[in-house]
Amino acid sequence: MSRQVWRTEAGGHGIDRKQPVSFSFNQFRLEGYAGDTVASALLANGVRLVGRSFKYHRPRGILGIGSEEPNAILHIGEGARREPNTRATVQELYQDLVASSQNHWPSLKFDLGAAVGLAGALFPAGFYYKTFITSPKRWLWYEKHIRRMAGLGEPPTEADPDHYEHRNAHCDLLIAGGGPTGLAAALAAGAAGAKVILVEENPALGGQMLLAPQQVDGMSGQDWAEQARAQLDAMPNVQVLTRTSVAGVYEHDLFTLVERLGDHLAEPEAHQPRQRFWRVRASDAIFATGAIERPIAFANNDRPGVMLLSAVRGYLERYGILAGKTAVLFANNDSVYAAARELAAAGMRVEAIVDSRPFVSEAAALAKADKLHVLTGHGVTAARGMREVHGADVAPIDANGRLKGVTKTLPCDLIAVSGGWNPAVHLHAQSRGRMAFRDDLAAFVPDTDGAAYTSAGAVTGAYDLAECLQQGFAAGNAAAKALGLDSTAPTLPTATGDTVGEAPVLWAVQAPKGARCFVDFQNDVTTKDVGLAHRENYVSVEHLKRYTTLGMGTDQGKTSNVAGLAMMAAKRGQPIPAVGTTTFRPPYTPFTFNAMVGGHTGEIGNSVRRTAAHDWHAANGGVFTDAAGWARPMYYETEGLTPQQRIDEEVLAVRKSVGVVDVSTLGKLDIQGPDAAEFLDRVYTNRFSTLKVGRGRYGVMLREDGRVYDDGVTMRLADDHFHMTTTTNHSGSMFQHLEYLLQVVWPDLRVFVTPVTEQWFTAAISGPNARALLADLAPAVDVSNEALPMMGMAEGLVAGIPARIFRLSFSGEIAYEINVDADYGLALWNGILSAGAAHDLKVYGTEAMGTLRIEKGHFTHAEADGRITPDDLGLGGMVTKGKDCIGKRSLSLPDLVAPGRKQLVGFIAAEGERIPVGAQIAALDDLDAVQEALGHTTSQAYSATLGRHIALGLMKDGRNMHGRKLYALSPVLGERAAVEVVSPHFYDPEGGRQRG
Amino acid sequence: MMLIPCPWCGPRDETEFVYGEAALERPADPHALSDQEWTDYLYFRDNPKGEHTERWFHRAGCHHWFTVERNTVTHVISAAYPPGKAEKS
Ligand SMILES: [Zn+2]
Repeated sequence: MSRQVWRTEAGGHGIDRKQPVSFSFNQFRLEGYAGDTVASALLANGVRLVGRSFKYHRPRGILGIGSEEPNAILHIGEGARREPNTRATVQELYQDLVASSQNHWPSLKFDLGAAVGLAGALFPAGFYYKTFITSPKRWLWYEKHIRRMAGLGEPPTEADPDHYEHRNAHCDLLIAGGGPTGLAAALAAGAAGAKVILVEENPALGGQMLLAPQQVDGMSGQDWAEQARAQLDAMPNVQVLTRTSVAGVYEHDLFTLVERLGDHLAEPEAHQPRQRFWRVRASDAIFATGAIERPIAFANNDRPGVMLLSAVRGYLERYGILAGKTAVLFANNDSVYAAARELAAAGMRVEAIVDSRPFVSEAAALAKADKLHVLTGHGVTAARGMREVHGADVAPIDANGRLKGVTKTLPCDLIAVSGGWNPAVHLHAQSRGRMAFRDDLAAFVPDTDGAAYTSAGAVTGAYDLAECLQQGFAAGNAAAKALGLDSTAPTLPTATGDTVGEAPVLWAVQAPKGARCFVDFQNDVTTKDVGLAHRENYVSVEHLKRYTTLGMGTDQGKTSNVAGLAMMAAKRGQPIPAVGTTTFRPPYTPFTFNAMVGGHTGEIGNSVRRTAAHDWHAANGGVFTDAAGWARPMYYETEGLTPQQRIDEEVLAVRKSVGVVDVSTLGKLDIQGPDAAEFLDRVYTNRFSTLKVGRGRYGVMLREDGRVYDDGVTMRLADDHFHMTTTTNHSGSMFQHLEYLLQVVWPDLRVFVTPVTEQWFTAAISGPNARALLADLAPAVDVSNEALPMMGMAEGLVAGIPARIFRLSFSGEIAYEINVDADYGLALWNGILSAGAAHDLKVYGTEAMGTLRIEKGHFTHAEADGRITPDDLGLGGMVTKGKDCIGKRSLSLPDLVAPGRKQLVGFIAAEGERIPVGAQIAALDDLDAVQEALGHTTSQAYSATLGRHIALGLMKDGRNMHGRKLYALSPVLGERAAVEVVSPHFYDPEGGRQRG
Repeated sequence: MMLIPCPWCGPRDETEFVYGEAALERPADPHALSDQEWTDYLYFRDNPKGEHTERWFHRAGCHHWFTVERNTVTHVISAAYPPGKAEKS
């Protein structure tokens, strides 16, 4: 166990030195304290090389201290709980945490990609674009190498052992950000009685007040934040969510939040979700999201040991860590002077304060007077060192960062940089707010004009603590007043904090030839790449982003986007606002799919519909398939039989004796009303108003464009009462379709439609013995052909259960569909099975059902694929003349009557040959030949009845092709078969068997 | 996710609804139209950046179809009413 060499003797209000916490990094055992993040614990141990960069595999360290971190992204956890791409600066330490670095091969200290400079050659800017454009094949070759070289962490391969949940909430006011501004706003609005949700991404409230010594009302910023928290906790109308980020802002005042309940624990408690995804409708919102410090680019500015100045201060203030022994501080603003004094007081040697400004500010003068080594008008031109910094090259520079004098090297192991701040305008932008550019800050701030919500504090460019508090109170009060609440402003506290002073922008310092100055650390985008994009005429920022990948990492360019577009603007000789920003999209910080999915996993996410006989199917070898969400048995596994042999037995039982199949999944609609018959005439191509009570009719429906939509049998139960069946696929959409017609198109029709699919259990018995079986089951019902003919119906007891019996046939044999109340479904099923023993009854599944219908040439959605008309299916005669219906007008459109349309045909394979799935029909028996596809197969099966493989399909001018000998080819499967084109009615084309 | 004001149920989350399409009136007699007029009705839709009148179905609710006037840029819904009622009041 190593000692925490960089930890100060005392201090660090965020950690508990009495609670040591051990953890491992790349299998080294290390120790930190409770309250540490992984980043602070690593720094405490002097570990600063934490990863390799995405493209160039350069060594990388910790740049920042918060959620903006682009570099220090690690694997956290092991096995099923390993989470890739976790920011070390955000991940809280817990006992026995396992962290490992990403993107290195074979090891972190020796990386092959970086060693041979391979990555540099592989990845010029625009690499992805150019490779794709010039040669997609080259991309395939590159891809496997890139996968190894430039991954972003490895996801776990096991199922996630934790659970996640969603929560919906409503509030008056959502406040994003629990720093000084957000706290002040919550205190004001909360005191007025508004229902407030305050959201803070860190575990503690206080924001920047926790990361630098500041005073509010005579107490430390940290103490004031704790006091504010206590006040808010005492208000029942205020909810404070820490470890929670506002991920997105959406229309109609919807905000999504991600609350991390268990990420700071080795394992969440059994009852506890790991993360909770919130959907909050808030009447109003205040964005107190602060600002993110930006770096200044110089040569090798990505070396471990180059950090943001505010982070270096924060690690000292909150975690008691000196992030180096000897520092060169480089800034364009006055915050560097307070930092220098804090760091020096804690024992760091401040080698020099490099102030890019050409003038000597008041703070600079004071520092000089105190004998600090201040170099104004200077810049750091390069970091020295490979795996970590051991020096800084410093030279006089002009306002644009160009060298003006001699470079000298200062020894140091830390370069802390502050190039000003970028307000975190993301949420404002997501809410469609416009941006205003502040020249004095060289930053985009929310444009209040037309803004849907209020931005307050540092996000507006107010970097002064007192101003943040004042804006927070004002925003909280205004929000309360807008809600009609009586609001008395709390007394404004006195506050002293940092002064920033004048901060003339400096994006980059001129670099020596060949050196790399990084703009986007995570995606390895350099100043040179931005220049290259400009030279290659990528003028828009959106193009710049995609060409260079600037800002496309998991950090979404929080530390880099503005610098990138400022450099682009400079190259184009335009002001920054003229170049504009890229679109800010949710989420603000990355979050897991698990949180997004919440509890909607497994059957809760994808629910399974089960028929009343499901348990019987499952207990008797049923092998299930999904059909529109229903679990349907495809066939019943039988010992000693292959699936095909079993399916053949099922088919032959129907053809030779009798079979039973569960068809409860068919859509069923109860249609009633005086205009029900008229309504059906308007939705079916054929007529139903002429149907006699107690009889049924097969009908086809069209879409308005004339293509076949659905088909099924509808029975007339009474003059004004029909029972419609639909295909399983359209059982849901049919209801919506019919309601549309009734409510919108023909509101004058007096018809009610009720979906009753789940109310009925339906078993179909079919085969030559079906009538005898039914007679046994329903002794009181006259089942003779005269009393119950094809398309007739009867009501009575079946197996002792009240039933509706419809005589209709999908298989081509004598068949009855027996419908009972779904609660009695299993009883009916069992009744049929026991009576069936005397009639050689066999249960069959969807595979046999499909084979039977292919043998009969009945179409399904495989054939009626959305392009097919009734005539294409050979059903032109079903479009009744003398009445209109939905879609009929389209049937006379030129393309629908033109010759050469594909028509339904059958294909029968040569003896012993098997028709491939999804085959094309062609004249030459050659899988490699370039030849015309004459048609394609849509459904195929082995027909035990015919002893051949058969298929249905669609063929150009197919009805004139019967008798042609052609080939069914699947170049994809490498399979073929010789086929003959035949009528789709393979079996009993006259239909005598089903009527018998 | 939008908050859609069903005229029968009040404001509900978008997930309860199914989008229909632009609120067009079906021609009373399609056969009186030329092929061009009919295919215009079938296939041609305005794709406005701004106000759009459309139909939604409250599938996980009252099963009513209704008409919504929505701004396609801001998603602001300015009106929602039963079909046939006060279209474009
Ligand atoms: Zn409703």
